[in-house]
This record gives sequence, C-alpha cells and structure tokens, in this order.
Amino acid sequence: MELTKEEESALKGEQGEILQMAYRILVATGEATDAEKLIPIEWAHLSGVNYNTIGDAGEEFLSKISKDARVKVRTTLNPMGFDIDNVSNYGLDDNFITKQLSIKNSYETMGVTPSFSCIPYEIFDIPKEGTQVSFAESNAAIHANSFDNLKTNKESAFSALASAITGKSPYSSLRKDDTPNVTIRMKVDNPNELTYGMLGFFAGKVGDNSVNISGIGEMDRRSCKALCGGMGTSGTCAKFNFGDGDPGCEKVDFDNKEMQNVHDELNTSEKGDLITLGSPQLGLEEISDLTHKLKGRSFKKRCMIFCPRTVKEQAQKIGYTNELERAGCEILSDCCTCLTPLINKDDVDAVTTNSIKGAFYLKNSNGVGVNLKPLLQIIEDETR
Amino acid sequence: MKILVKGKARGTVLKSNDPINFLGTVDKKTGIISDKHHELYNKSIKDTILVFPSGVGSSVGAYTIYSVKSNESAPLAMVCQKADLTVATGCALANIPLVIINDDKFQSFQTGQQVSIDTESSDPITLLE
Repeated sequence: MELTKEEESALKGEQGEILQMAYRILVATGEATDAEKLIPIEWAHLSGVNYNTIGDAGEEFLSKISKDARVKVRTTLNPMGFDIDNVSNYGLDDNFITKQLSIKNSYETMGVTPSFSCIPYEIFDIPKEGTQVSFAESNAAIHANSFDNLKTNKESAFSALASAITGKSPYSSLRKDDTPNVTIRMKVDNPNELTYGMLGFFAGKVGDNSVNISGIGEMDRRSCKALCGGMGTSGTCAKFNFGDGDPGCEKVDFDNKEMQNVHDELNTSEKGDLITLGSPQLGLEEISDLTHKLKGRSFKKRCMIFCPRTVKEQAQKIGYTNELERAGCEILSDCCTCLTPLINKDDVDAVTTNSIKGAFYLKNSNGVGVNLKPLLQIIEDETR
Repeated sequence: MKILVKGKARGTVLKSNDPINFLGTVDKKTGIISDKHHELYNKSIKDTILVFPSGVGSSVGAYTIYSVKSNESAPLAMVCQKADLTVATGCALANIPLVIINDDKFQSFQTGQQVSIDTESSDPITLLE
C-alpha cells in the first residue's frame, strides 16, 4: 500500500500515539483487503456502542483513548443498550448502567454526534452522489451503497473509528468499481417487508461483496430497510445492484422454497409474549404509517417500538407518540431490538416481530423464541 | 508474505493448526486458551510467537487482543496463514507485529522453534539455531 509522506509520518508516531494507532488500523485493514492507498472520507458511522456487545474490554479501551482522540469528520453513532430517559424502568443492573454511561461519555468526549441510531441514512442529510463514507453498521452500509449513491465497505467498529479520527479509509473492494458475479432472481409473488427481509438474508449468504438482484418492483421504505437489515445479518455482502447484471453471472432463484428455508431457520415459535417493531429502528415515515394503521385499535400485549431520539421528538410534536401510547405501544429511543438487554429470556419465552435482523439476534443473542409475521398480520392478530 | 502490522520480535514459536476465537476462548488476564476442544487448551499465548491459521468469530475479539496486551499477557508477534480483519485490527490496536505467510511456510513452523521477526528486513522471519 502506498502512503503519502504525511501518512507515513503519522504511522511512525510523529503525530502522536492516537493517530499512530488509527493509521496502524487503516494500514492493517488496507493490506488485508489489498488496498492500493488511503482516500478521504466525509462521514463515519460507528458501531461498538452497546455495552452488551463490546464488554469491559471495549469500555476500557474507549475510556482510555477518549482522553486524546478527537474525530476529524462528521461522525455518528449506533444505538446503545437503553433509552437514557427510561433507564430505571427495565431492571438493568448497576454495572451495566455505569459501563454504558462511560461508553456514551467517551464517544461524546471524542466529538461524536450522539445519534444512537442504526438508520443514519434516514435522519441525516445524504452527501452528494459518489461520496466516500465509512459505515460500520451493516444495514446502513448496505443502504448507503444500494439506495443512497454513497460508497462504503462493510466497515468494522475499528476501521470506522480509525476513519473518523483520520478522515481516511483504505481504497479497496466496494469503494472501487464492483461487478457482482451472482444474480438473484426474485420469484416470490406479492412480497411484503418480511419477504424482503428474508430475501436480504438469503442474498447475504449467497453474495460475497455485492449481488445483482432482479425481479424487484417498487419498494416502500419499510421494505428497503428490511432488505438491507436481512442482508447485513447473514454475511459479508454490502451492496445490491438492481437489475439482471452481466449475462455471464451465475443465476440463483429466490422462490417459495428458498423463502421457506429462511423462515424455518429464524421462526422458532408459534406465538410471542411481546411484540417488537424496529430493527432497523423506525423512521418518521414508518411511525406515521403505524399510527394510521392503529387508529381505533389497541395491542392485546406489550409492544415495544424502537426509533431514534430525533424521530421520537418529531413524532411527539405531530402527536403520533400520544396515539401510539394510547394503542399500548412503549416507544424507546437510543436503543434497538437488535442486541437489546431489555428483553430477557427469564421474563420472555418468545417475541413476535416483522424484522429478520431482529429475529436473528433475539434468537442467537437473547436466546428467546421468535415468531415472524409481517406488520399487517401483527396488527390483525394482536390488536382489537 | 504480507506485513499487516510492522515491528520486531524474537522468541519461541507456539503453533496451532486450529483457528483462534479471541473473544470467547482467550483469557484476558493470563493469555491462557480456555476452550477444551482447542489444540492449545490450557496453554498461554503470553510472550510467544503465535503461529495460527487465522482468527474466527466476532470482530469484538480485537478488543480482547488489546486487553491481553494491556495485561502484559500478549504474544510478542503473530503469524497467520490468512488475513482476517479481527486479528488485523486487534494487532493494530495493541501494536503487535502481524505477518501473513503462505501455506508452505506455515507448514514449516513447529512449536518450540526460536525465531526472529523484523518486518523492515528483506527476510522478515528468520529461524535461529
């Protein structure tokens, strides 16, 4: 990998220990992925925020580097483990709360925007077409590449942090031109957001860096997010190209049989004790749609809704949150269905959700059963 | 041969043919491998030249490598057959030299050999008699 004089000097430690470590990360990542050089990026989105996932080692590391490290470009942040306004309501232990607050504090000290959201593409302005960014949240990286005309690899918590501190990223794989060698042919009729989530999950297993996908019509925002969330969960793939692709591409069908296989893998329960919506977190458009769908109805059991704080504040002003709370919803910001410590297998046997990403982590990390249903079905079955 | 993290080291090879999951199976304080099914079960990676195929498992394992180093129980250098981002970023965080070698070279390593690593040299890994 070719480095500029300035980059070499930082790598040698001539510009301080923090920059030296950040450049070591970029060089190690770049060499591992055959990058030829580093290029500027304009926006970093970091993962590694939830104490549930990074643990003591992560908390200690961030606390240590935050004394000196400062971000150089716009940097936003993934969800953490709880809603800061609601910490006391969920029976979390003191150690979790202390460590989570320390992590929050470290990122804020470094100059990171405390967005606590996995949908940066929906709550921040999108830079101009072709802009290089560095997104560590998988659904956000896939959305940025596939729907927002941005360029990013599926970054790790560490490469995105190094990019935030240096404003640079290794120039490799999806940042250059990419030509997928697989085309997935969508054959399932009348798809809903759950179908798209399963399609994404299937695509993530088939593809390497990117896939072509054909047979897709108009998708609403809920479906686009489900597609990206599903793909990010199952593999390393970070981009959809819509269309048939090169004629030489290997063709793989996604039909009812393939869909059933994904369903069987993730749907482990006939019914749930509670409902979760939002993984990826819900945006204002989905909150508005949900409010309308719930007019005159209310949930028969607990329903947790996850959205970014900014979305919750907007929804409050418009009056959506009142309506949703009337319908029995619990609205949580700063956190997400995915990897939440708020759902515990001691209290809950199974969760009903329309999210494939949520289902994967509820099953594998929280250890609870999962009952998959599209939103319309959830409203029909679980409200009166 | 690829240099992922630069540096110098001199020490004794500890080789594993099993990949290593740093998050789940390496004790952060002692560097001892706790997985009963692992070839290096009950052995410590502390102050070794650790030779193994690659890392596996969660990318959070990079933090484990950093912790092991902070607790002074880390290897002096790591040598892998395949570059994976968990070990690459972990060694970068902890400033542990990391070299990627080809299959033939990997086969030639044995536990107990004395080696010297200098990533700036034309021959970065040399066997010492």
